Amino acid sequence: MSAATERTWAERAFQPKDPASLAPAAKVAIYTVLIFWTAVVLLPLYWVLITSFKLPIDVNSGPVYLPFIDFSPSLDAWRYLFVDVARDTFRPYLNSVIIAFSATILAVLIGSLAAYALVRINFRVKVAAVAAFLGLLALTVVAVAYLQVNWRIATAVAVGLFVVFLSTGARRFKRSFANSDIEFWIISNRIMPPVVAVLPIYIMFQQVRLLDTHVALIATYTAVNLPIVVWLMRDFFAGIPIEIEESAQVDGASKFRTFFSIVLPLVRSGLAATFLLVLILCWNEYLLALFLSNAKAQTLPILVSAQNGTRGPQWWYMSAIIVIMIAPVIAIAIALQKHIARGILVGAVKG
Amino acid sequence: MAVAVATGAIPAPRDTSLGTWLDRHAGRIMVLPAVLVVLAFAVFPLILSAYLTMIRFALAPGGFKLTFVGFTNFSRLLFGQQQYHFLGTFGPMTVPLWSVFAAIVFGLAAWIVRFVRSEELSVGGLIGRLITASLSAGGALLVLATVFAGGLPGTLMTTLIYVSVGVAVQFLLGLGLALLCAMPIKGRNWFRVIFFLPLMVTPVGIAYTFRMMADLEKGPLAPIRFALGLGEFAWATDPWLARMVVLIGDTWQWTPFMFIVLLAAVESRSYEQIEAARIDGANPFQIFRHVTWPAIAPVAATVVLIRLIEAFKIIDLPNVLTGGGPGLATESLTLHAFIAWRTQDLGGSASIGYMLLFVSTIVCVSFFNFAVRRARRYQV
Repeated sequence: MSAATERTWAERAFQPKDPASLAPAAKVAIYTVLIFWTAVVLLPLYWVLITSFKLPIDVNSGPVYLPFIDFSPSLDAWRYLFVDVARDTFRPYLNSVIIAFSATILAVLIGSLAAYALVRINFRVKVAAVAAFLGLLALTVVAVAYLQVNWRIATAVAVGLFVVFLSTGARRFKRSFANSDIEFWIISNRIMPPVVAVLPIYIMFQQVRLLDTHVALIATYTAVNLPIVVWLMRDFFAGIPIEIEESAQVDGASKFRTFFSIVLPLVRSGLAATFLLVLILCWNEYLLALFLSNAKAQTLPILVSAQNGTRGPQWWYMSAIIVIMIAPVIAIAIALQKHIARGILVGAVKG
Repeated sequence: MAVAVATGAIPAPRDTSLGTWLDRHAGRIMVLPAVLVVLAFAVFPLILSAYLTMIRFALAPGGFKLTFVGFTNFSRLLFGQQQYHFLGTFGPMTVPLWSVFAAIVFGLAAWIVRFVRSEELSVGGLIGRLITASLSAGGALLVLATVFAGGLPGTLMTTLIYVSVGVAVQFLLGLGLALLCAMPIKGRNWFRVIFFLPLMVTPVGIAYTFRMMADLEKGPLAPIRFALGLGEFAWATDPWLARMVVLIGDTWQWTPFMFIVLLAAVESRSYEQIEAARIDGANPFQIFRHVTWPAIAPVAATVVLIRLIEAFKIIDLPNVLTGGGPGLATESLTLHAFIAWRTQDLGGSASIGYMLLFVSTIVCVSFFNFAVRRARRYQV
């Protein structure tokens, strides 16, 4: 053994062997921090899981930690949920599944179409036309609200005026919005806090008697997640070489055909990332469901938050519901972590 | 004619087939659904909501009555009987507090003067800076009068606390964990998967879970309380402890977001530069300051911006964890609007929503202009 490799105890602990590796002391410190944070992440999840197997007495007599050692696990809470009140559990579950999947499919479809068109086709929207549209919209609201005009008549008149303006006056104006403006407009809707829009949306659905239905929640979830889809998908589309689409169109494929059978398969991993992200956002949504659903269309987050009954929270049932609510997302997150993270990264890194 | 068709300058003769028509207008047809959805669920509601801020809703025999009240709903929030709820209760401002405020105003004024004297001076930039500066001054006065002068913070202040403290803590934790996970150690992928989990968990579930965790009688942390010899310890009745529990839940959920994005940024920095700095004898802190930080600053600024936008919308955690209590201590603006709506104060609810829209838009746009843009320039 040469003299150069003989090192004192302190040197071995605090100095790395070579620049690319870490000193043992540093390694210990890093692992301590990382394992501490692992505990911080996992302890709440573990606690919910074991609480769902506890009897009320195990919860109320102070903390017990280890099943079979500290306490004997029981399926009481689970039996209550899946046998005694099975219908009250399954209906919100089914609602959540239907609403989350429908809204996600719709949002991804509509959003991808728009994102693709915005990447590949140049739009010129006249500033004057937009101004006319907004002016007429405001006038319609004023007419309906103050002058008590029937809203059907007011809308018909406004639409008529708008069409007349488009076919005659709009051509004289030169200034127009480009694709980037349209894109920014769609994406900027994400900045709007949903609580600003939810009151009018509530009134709208009340007017057409769709409150507390799947349709109301699906439509609203589609709308709030659309900006995310456009934002993420436009980058995936922009990454495809345009020559592929051009050659398809030379071969006579229509634009829709090109989109569905050539472009979409090319971006399928991006599509999957976006789909998962939006699905999880819909699954977890709380505020809009709080306003727009009541009993029939109740989703899981609302079911859970409604458990705070008069007798105080029944932790054992509650934990069981939370477990069935978060189990699918946790499973998705573990299995497809790379894909979901990709969606988040595309959005965040681009800005 | 043949030439014109060949160059495509004149539209081809109108084709009656549906397929051709669809193809010609494909772009518009593709964008139309998205535009209609945004119009119906964002633009129209915003306009209707603006109208709602100016009405008072009252139940009347056989239905309800809407009265036009102008800006009364806003003035009630800012100066009237709802001021305690929205802005908070002001404590008596003492001389030291006024001098702190004067110093802040002086600093903001100096910032504007420097901009006016600089070469970048533009009307838009000046207006933007004036708005940012006046909002900052107002925010500073609010902090001093409701937090430091012994008053009670209202829902606006509470929301700003959640946003500023929450985002800052989440950013620092996320950055720290990302730097550690980027080290050459074993098991990185395991840590990465585990650290990612909380982001996916339903916030309502997190809220209840943290109520159990924070139960110091029967929760898992009760032994720690006994070991530390703390007696009766009710976080739910102490305003700052209750806010802290909400913030802990929020941090547990959102640190992974910062972590995952910052980790990607840290991993993509150039290895040669770090190596060169190390050979030049730079210590780890210097390497971070001069190599790592400039490389990740643009991503860091963007990720904070995204988090800022979402943080202003907080409702699930305070509503389920504390119900907004004790008193108003943990009530966020969105929760405030929901409570106003439940008590059938439609106008009040809409105006709180609009105030939230103003504040969050100004904060996010300011952050974009003064932090994100600067960070991007930094890199180039």
